Amino acid sequence: MLATQLGTLLAGEVAGLDPALDVADGLDDALAHGLGRLGDPERAALTALAAAVGGSPLSTPVGEAVAKLAAGTVADEYLAALAGARTALFGAAHDALLARLDDALGRQRAEWAGAGTDAAAVPLAAARSWLTELAVTGWRGVDEDLVAASAPVVAALLVEPRTRRLAVLLDGFGAELRACAPVATMELLPVRRWGDLWSRAVLLAQDTWPGPAEPVPVSGRLLPLGVDVHEHATAVQVQVHGVLESAEGVRSVRASLVAAKVDTIVGPAVWSLFDAPVLLGALAEHRALELADMPLLPGGDLRWRESAARLGEPADPFTTARLVLPTATAVAPPPLDRHPARLAEPVLVEDYQTVDGAAVLDGHRLRFDLDRLPGCGPLTPALVAGSTGCIGLLRWDAGEWLLQPLAVRATVKRKPVVAATGDWALGPTDAKVAKAEAKNDAVSVLRERAGRLLRS
Amino acid sequence: MDETEPIAVGGQTGADPVRRSGAVLVRPVPVRKLAKVPFVELADGRVQGVVSSGSDIARVYVSSVTAVGHGLSCSTNNNRPCGALHGPYPCKHLRLLLSEATLQYGLPRVARYLRVEVEPDGDLESALDPHHEPTPAATVFSRFLRHLSYLELPEVAEPMPELHWFGGTRAVD
Repeated sequence: MLATQLGTLLAGEVAGLDPALDVADGLDDALAHGLGRLGDPERAALTALAAAVGGSPLSTPVGEAVAKLAAGTVADEYLAALAGARTALFGAAHDALLARLDDALGRQRAEWAGAGTDAAAVPLAAARSWLTELAVTGWRGVDEDLVAASAPVVAALLVEPRTRRLAVLLDGFGAELRACAPVATMELLPVRRWGDLWSRAVLLAQDTWPGPAEPVPVSGRLLPLGVDVHEHATAVQVQVHGVLESAEGVRSVRASLVAAKVDTIVGPAVWSLFDAPVLLGALAEHRALELADMPLLPGGDLRWRESAARLGEPADPFTTARLVLPTATAVAPPPLDRHPARLAEPVLVEDYQTVDGAAVLDGHRLRFDLDRLPGCGPLTPALVAGSTGCIGLLRWDAGEWLLQPLAVRATVKRKPVVAATGDWALGPTDAKVAKAEAKNDAVSVLRERAGRLLRS
Repeated sequence: MDETEPIAVGGQTGADPVRRSGAVLVRPVPVRKLAKVPFVELADGRVQGVVSSGSDIARVYVSSVTAVGHGLSCSTNNNRPCGALHGPYPCKHLRLLLSEATLQYGLPRVARYLRVEVEPDGDLESALDPHHEPTPAATVFSRFLRHLSYLELPEVAEPMPELHWFGGTRAVD
């Protein structure tokens, strides 16, 4: 990314963004208060929400839901309408931000071409009930008992693969609420975050939520750029960003692996949860991957199958980012996944100075998202502070663009080093860390206990 | 419940934490060795967990200290009482449980949960006023089994966009 591109990205307001988010903020504040006992500010916020989607297909259900809630009648379907309206607002915010990004970077993006799929027909009523009770109570009323009531709901959703997404979301959300309970004593509530998680869960808990999309097979050479790691106490996802060169052209793709875990499996140990030596090998050894008939979902996600990939030639991610990434066509995200929090566009930023945790290019500041440096790799805030080149993900949160580092080039003790989040995918390469890991081996210990006790 | 002090909405400084989708509220727990105490939690009004037997690989002890009154309990998962727990003196299983709880949750949080005051470099055990109070092992043991069952869930091939809200973050040293 050039200084002029960064300048364009940061220049001026994104039209319509603030008014849309103001309306959503109103709902978020009402959710903190609780929808069971609306006061005047909450009624006004809901009315504004209904007005905001008044010209859309959501007009009727949201208008009706707001009228009923204002009259003191609560039902799962009314809350679903609110969650839908909120999601539509953030979807529009996402589109405006992504358009700004594509414009600034001169990035070509394909149109969405996925088809709707049938719903999965799985039992979701218990999840909806808990989410309704949560919204009626409001964040300020959340205590340990209310959170504990989600445990049987999550347990039932976890064992059914088609509801795993919802289960993983509710498990992370529940753990966060439990850690904060009683919420009434908190000084500042993260109301946008909890509004996001709640409305996302409400939509995933609808019987009409579409089932998995149909993939198409792709073949070609995948050049990894870096890996983004997502983690809460009981789940971890590694999402590899890369560029796929195939007969159909050059495009950006992702490959994701998700595993369940427990809170005591942290740091480099999370890599051992995945049985994917080819993909992880490419990350650790900086190699390309040769794909043959790998399933590709419409949103640009490879549904990873180890048998459809083999390790290729060495490939330096910085070279890929400099030479191939600018020629790649980006993909349109699935319509229901559009939200600013999901914006994660790979970019290369070079020749910057780091000042107060930000990359500065020609006077333009882009702050590093240092909270997203995962514990499973060697990237540290200190390395980022000493860096001059970075492959990262452009993100947007709380009104600002951020750069989440995936790999950096830095100078340590006057020697050039390159460090990436995926360097330890096959095990730590730092001798001290490797020794500590070998001694602990949390995954083996717990698997042994599970093998012995779960079946005795 | 008073075990958790108000949690600051952590993470990035500068921007409005109230309107931050990626606000960090739960940090990963520090790494600890799991061979002796595979499971410890602050739940159900107890510091409770499971301690592997030193002599029999198939046996585990279920140990707990109640937050109110410091009732000590230690028995095998088959409810056979621990022979080393007499009166108000914690057995080695309970000692291990408390020291691992301190590693996982930090001394201040464990002390607060047990409603005692301990200096940062103080001794948790000597701050307790314990008595023997046997409790059935089944509840804690089944929570441990549920904990372990996460490791048996199959990998998922579909991406999970929701996990973007849970960015990988480092434990605070």
